[in-house]
Amino acid sequence: MAKSIDVSDLNIYYGDFLAVEGVNMTIPARSVTALIGPSGCGKSTFLRSLNRMHEVIPGARVEGKVVVDGQSMYDPAVDPVEVRRQIGMVFQRPNPFPTMSIRDNVLAGLRLNNKKLKKADADDVVERSLQGANLWNEVKDRLGKPGMGLSGGQQQRLCIARAIAVQPQVLLMDEPCSALDPISTSAVEDLIHELKTDYTIVIVTHNMQQAARVSEDTAFFNLAGAGKPGRLVEMNPTKKIFSVPDQEATEAYISGRFG
Amino acid sequence: MSTTAPKTRSPRRRLGDLVFSGTTSGAALIILLALAGVAIFLTAKGVPALKATGDDLSGAKNIVSYTAPLVFGTLWAALLALLIATPLSIGVALAVSHYAPRRIATVLGYLIDLLAAVPSVVYGLWGSLFLAPRLVPSYSWLGDHAHWLPLFSDNSSATGRTIFTAAIVLAIMVLPIITAISREIFAQTPRLNEEAALALGATRWEMVRLSVFPYARSGIVSAVMLGLGRAMGETMAVAMVLSASGVVTFDLNSSTNPSTIAANIALKFADATGLRVNALIFTGLVLFVITFVVNFIARAIVSRADRRLAA
Repeated sequence: MAKSIDVSDLNIYYGDFLAVEGVNMTIPARSVTALIGPSGCGKSTFLRSLNRMHEVIPGARVEGKVVVDGQSMYDPAVDPVEVRRQIGMVFQRPNPFPTMSIRDNVLAGLRLNNKKLKKADADDVVERSLQGANLWNEVKDRLGKPGMGLSGGQQQRLCIARAIAVQPQVLLMDEPCSALDPISTSAVEDLIHELKTDYTIVIVTHNMQQAARVSEDTAFFNLAGAGKPGRLVEMNPTKKIFSVPDQEATEAYISGRFG
Repeated sequence: MSTTAPKTRSPRRRLGDLVFSGTTSGAALIILLALAGVAIFLTAKGVPALKATGDDLSGAKNIVSYTAPLVFGTLWAALLALLIATPLSIGVALAVSHYAPRRIATVLGYLIDLLAAVPSVVYGLWGSLFLAPRLVPSYSWLGDHAHWLPLFSDNSSATGRTIFTAAIVLAIMVLPIITAISREIFAQTPRLNEEAALALGATRWEMVRLSVFPYARSGIVSAVMLGLGRAMGETMAVAMVLSASGVVTFDLNSSTNPSTIAANIALKFADATGLRVNALIFTGLVLFVITFVVNFIARAIVSRADRRLAA
């Protein structure tokens, strides 16, 4: 079910403003790809263009191609709603549905796809997804309680469970640990390690140690200059990026001599 | 180097603080006094009506049988108005906050607010001279073909000035209130919640159901309750539109219609003397109490919904 993603000549706009320019990239299946770079360089924007979440902002649009398993995501015949059902997303801050119980949060995506769900099947999905998100043991006795009652780290894992409940092909994570304490961060990182056997994962992070810990490949984004669009500087195996990167700019950023 | 503890001194009252707290508490107190004044006046002047009979009560036996049909008419007209206005308002509010392109949404928002600025006499004129005659054919058709339903009478109105016409006019009058409040609340839905739904593959409508409505639920309730208050208290438009005969009936198209408390007061007050005035004031007291109760219920619903969200 995991798929690779081919991005070619992708330009991303906010209205007339070109935010990200000319990205070419192949994201391998069943592995973790980290996107790093300074704030405002367009890595989150790029991530959101992979599941067509970018265009929910008024005026936002994309030029170029994103191909998942031979299917072009931006083909006019493709419904963005279908794309988002196949490519799950986890956000910077945990966002469980506030009025829903833990169980209903996990099932929310499934109920959109397939209105009628037998109770036994629903129970299976809830257990499998929460197991998958390493949350089952902590919440199995209070599935009917509101999702908002959990701690921040648990809420984020609940959001991951919600995303994997629909068995997407790809999981996008936009700084999933930036609002979490170190213990929760470590729990989510362990989870990412387990998830990559089944899913293609793309993660945006500001934390370079995190990129080094969790990813197989790393892509470094940077602004071409003040007021210029962001672009992909270099993409290589994570080991190489953090030891002998091809580009000087990458080395400067990674070693903290940025500017 | 030794650290010095911050000097402790009795908190000095600054002049600005004193003036400000004085004016705000004064303003709050005036509201309470005004409310108490109204309540005392209505009670003092209304109680003598308990003794009123026959002649002073347009033929009703006592004050209860005089007031009851009016209470029914008030609630029935307001309920009908809300049944029409609530879905419409929520639809308009959603269109403005989530569907229409921004420029159209802004214009639409202004137009809706403008509806609130139209004086109720104008609505009354429009309802009685324009809307009512145009509804006559529908009413008579319903009278001919649907009078077996409890909502329609075979004695349909020849003027069209029925309780339903009044309810339509009321609906248009409460529409801007409900729309304006719902719109504000819909627009405040956290972006994060909306994106949570969209990223799961929700369509726009599913996103609204998953994120916007749960967030806005208590706000919608209070908006509707405010609308209900307005609909129950509205006087001129109903007095002008409705051809009332003080009956108790659910018929929407009948030539005999229940009256409402406010409209009844407006129509009869000018010619009333003695105990008739007290009777009208007594009905006013009843309306005052009903409005109060409605508001309390609304508060209770809202705070319960908020508590559940917080839990």
